[in-house]
Amino acid sequence: MPRINSPAELEAFRKDIISKRDRNKPCIAVCTGTGCLALGAANVVTALKKEIKKQRLGTKVDLRETGCPGFCERGPLLVIYPEEICYLQVQPGDAEEIISQTIVAKKVIDRLLYVVPSTKSDEKIVRESEIPFYKNQLRNLIGNNIKLDPKSIDDYLAVGGYAALAKALCQETPEHVVDLVKSSKLRGRGGAGFPAGMKWEFARKSPNKTKYVIVNADEGDPGAFMDRALLEGNPHSVLEGLTIGAYAIGAHEGYIYVRQEYPLAVENAGIAIKQAEKYGFLGENILGSGFDFTITMHQGAGAFVCGEETALLSSLEGKPGEPRPRPPYPAVKGLWGKPTNINNVETWANIPLIINNGADFLTSIGTEGSKGTKIFSLVGKVNNTGLVEVPMGITLRDIIYKVGGGIPEGKKFKAVQTGGPSGGCIPEEHLDIKVDFDELAKVGAIMGSGGMIVMDEDTCMVDVAKYFLDFLSDESCGKCSPCREGIRQMLKILTNISEGRGREGDIELLEELSEATGDASLCALGRTAPNPVLSTIRYFRDEYEAHIKEKRCPAYVCKELISYYIDPDKCKACMICLRKCPAEAIIGGKNKIHVIDQGKCTKCGTCFEVCPDRFGAVTRLSGEPVPPSIPEEKRIIAKKSKKK
Amino acid sequence: MSEILLQIDGREVKAKKGMTILEAAQSAGIFIPTLCHHEQLEPYGACRICTVEAELGGRTNLVAACIYPVEPNLVVRTRSEKVDKTRKILLEQFLAHAPDAPALQDLAQEYGADKDRFEKESSFCILCGLCVRYCAEVKKKNAVGFVERGARREISFVPEIASKECWNCKECFPLCPTSYLQAAYHLTEALAFPSPSFESASGE
Repeated sequence: MPRINSPAELEAFRKDIISKRDRNKPCIAVCTGTGCLALGAANVVTALKKEIKKQRLGTKVDLRETGCPGFCERGPLLVIYPEEICYLQVQPGDAEEIISQTIVAKKVIDRLLYVVPSTKSDEKIVRESEIPFYKNQLRNLIGNNIKLDPKSIDDYLAVGGYAALAKALCQETPEHVVDLVKSSKLRGRGGAGFPAGMKWEFARKSPNKTKYVIVNADEGDPGAFMDRALLEGNPHSVLEGLTIGAYAIGAHEGYIYVRQEYPLAVENAGIAIKQAEKYGFLGENILGSGFDFTITMHQGAGAFVCGEETALLSSLEGKPGEPRPRPPYPAVKGLWGKPTNINNVETWANIPLIINNGADFLTSIGTEGSKGTKIFSLVGKVNNTGLVEVPMGITLRDIIYKVGGGIPEGKKFKAVQTGGPSGGCIPEEHLDIKVDFDELAKVGAIMGSGGMIVMDEDTCMVDVAKYFLDFLSDESCGKCSPCREGIRQMLKILTNISEGRGREGDIELLEELSEATGDASLCALGRTAPNPVLSTIRYFRDEYEAHIKEKRCPAYVCKELISYYIDPDKCKACMICLRKCPAEAIIGGKNKIHVIDQGKCTKCGTCFEVCPDRFGAVTRLSGEPVPPSIPEEKRIIAKKSKKK
Repeated sequence: MSEILLQIDGREVKAKKGMTILEAAQSAGIFIPTLCHHEQLEPYGACRICTVEAELGGRTNLVAACIYPVEPNLVVRTRSEKVDKTRKILLEQFLAHAPDAPALQDLAQEYGADKDRFEKESSFCILCGLCVRYCAEVKKKNAVGFVERGARREISFVPEIASKECWNCKECFPLCPTSYLQAAYHLTEALAFPSPSFESASGE
């Protein structure tokens, strides 16, 4: 492939790619994102390839291995074009049928379709875009994932890729590009929501010959994988955004700082960089514009704090990943002391859309203060876990119930945690607030980078706060004392509370520590670290009090505060719990009422789960003593005589 | 050097561009307590005892005076209810590590910090980093460094360097605000490298 030297050559080349592609030729797009791969997508691909060969359809059907379209709950999944037939939970054994039935005979395979839950008629949906999970989204950024092979630059060009780059470099001045991003009101998607255009302007106006632009792909919130899906599913969109940003700011070198725990993202972004260099979208004199730009990828070693932009800079320079004081801000003194602009993966991926479609494209979506779409990884106790992209301004309730399909097993919703370890838990009463940087902050949470963990009634909020503080006590860099010592003490108090050693005044002490950590820490990790504690105290203070005053865990989670007990009047001595108990803590036998040896019990809850509903003999106790076991001689259940 | 006019505790203070709040305050004879600060070393901003209130354009933040650069029209309050409260709880957390350190006891008295408020920690070190930075910046030896992160962060001597460099130096010892550094050194010495007296005694 020769280098593309001008926007005209690019358009001619694009035309050529598209003309060679037959829109009506069947194409099976199989998700080979990290989620589906874990579910066995690679075997599905192999089986499909084998079947295509066997049925001699090599020239009649295309097979495309794509990035993640989001419905991870139902993977491995595939979409067959042009009909847009969506098959879920596909197994290698389905390959023969998919080829012979759907591809050859044009018949839809019923059992692989999405079944609308809670409908008596078992209504099924064929087209991907009509599945409720997708119908209620607005997928400007991840919508292309299923349409392209991330390892193919031609696929990206076929969907209009690099047109924004050509437009920005050859038709716009750098100042105008900055203005465009400013008027789009795009706010940084990494967490804090700082206006991207303003950040660009600071870096642009910083006087220095050498400047840098950086993609922050050090996504580390527990349960979050938005940036991974973008970088591994559509890496060129990120490269294109970054190159446009470099042009606008006046940088000639860029970095992608990506977690080494994302091997597929590293692989695909690496391939994308090589391809872009070959095509002339990176390197010298890009598209004949006279603008030079190169991108280097750097793999992070897995420190959460390196997602903080100044710690990222230290790490990139080869120093320990510790944040630096701001000011000076990276826009003035960043990488190697030069003006630097760092944006998150998703922020960069928005840039080509703005250049192609104008600022209105973003400002027409969302609320007054938050424009465009936002990708969330919707996880936890929700039916449709996966990656969702929604317009700003949608309510949390709509995300959880319309997109997410509600809470599994008919359980009650308790809280949704947004913003990861820096975020907060939002209760039912605030579910109708809009997804918006400022609205979320008002209720004590943050937008964050897009982690959204749904919790049901079986979640203990003290335990949740403890989980996040435990995470942070490992992930704080440990340099500044309010963060390191504050988190240490808060974690100790939370551990005490959850283990029955909570004391009167602990809640107030947590609040006091939170204030000092939140106000006096060096970086955003410390300043936001108290959020999980404060938001759970704010909305679930009664749970804290139950733990402290009554030594009771209302959700039956904190092991030190709960016991399992077999009601002798209900036990039918069926032996099920006795056999399943992994700790061999259940005493009894055939026709002999079962009793739990509390000393041996590990509170795993297996007996509670396996006791047949019709008996319901195992109960959970918390905040009350376990009744004494019935005497040995009374445990025998008299056999009902069968002969009569 | 252009002059910057700012206000500290209600007083007009003249400072040079590039100065920190701490330097500006010191030049005007205004005291701000510090633990991790040392004139010979680069500002570090770790202990946060020098936390002050800084107001600019109607927004007030708590900032570390030792690293925050002066700006025109900055209004600084070195003592306020919030500042004192923050220093008090930070001291109480340090005192959980080193309850008898004189530097901490003096400050504890000033801010009413209770040395027994938090359960005692196993390490005396408050991670001010004076030893680590002195060895790196002044002596350029890096015989002592930080290991681990978060709540597990600690200082550690690098035996290979320490066994060669530390015998005749030990200049970091008096910098340590607690007695931890000496202890860490002697432990490393005992565990990782044989003492010269032992070597000579063995007749080699």
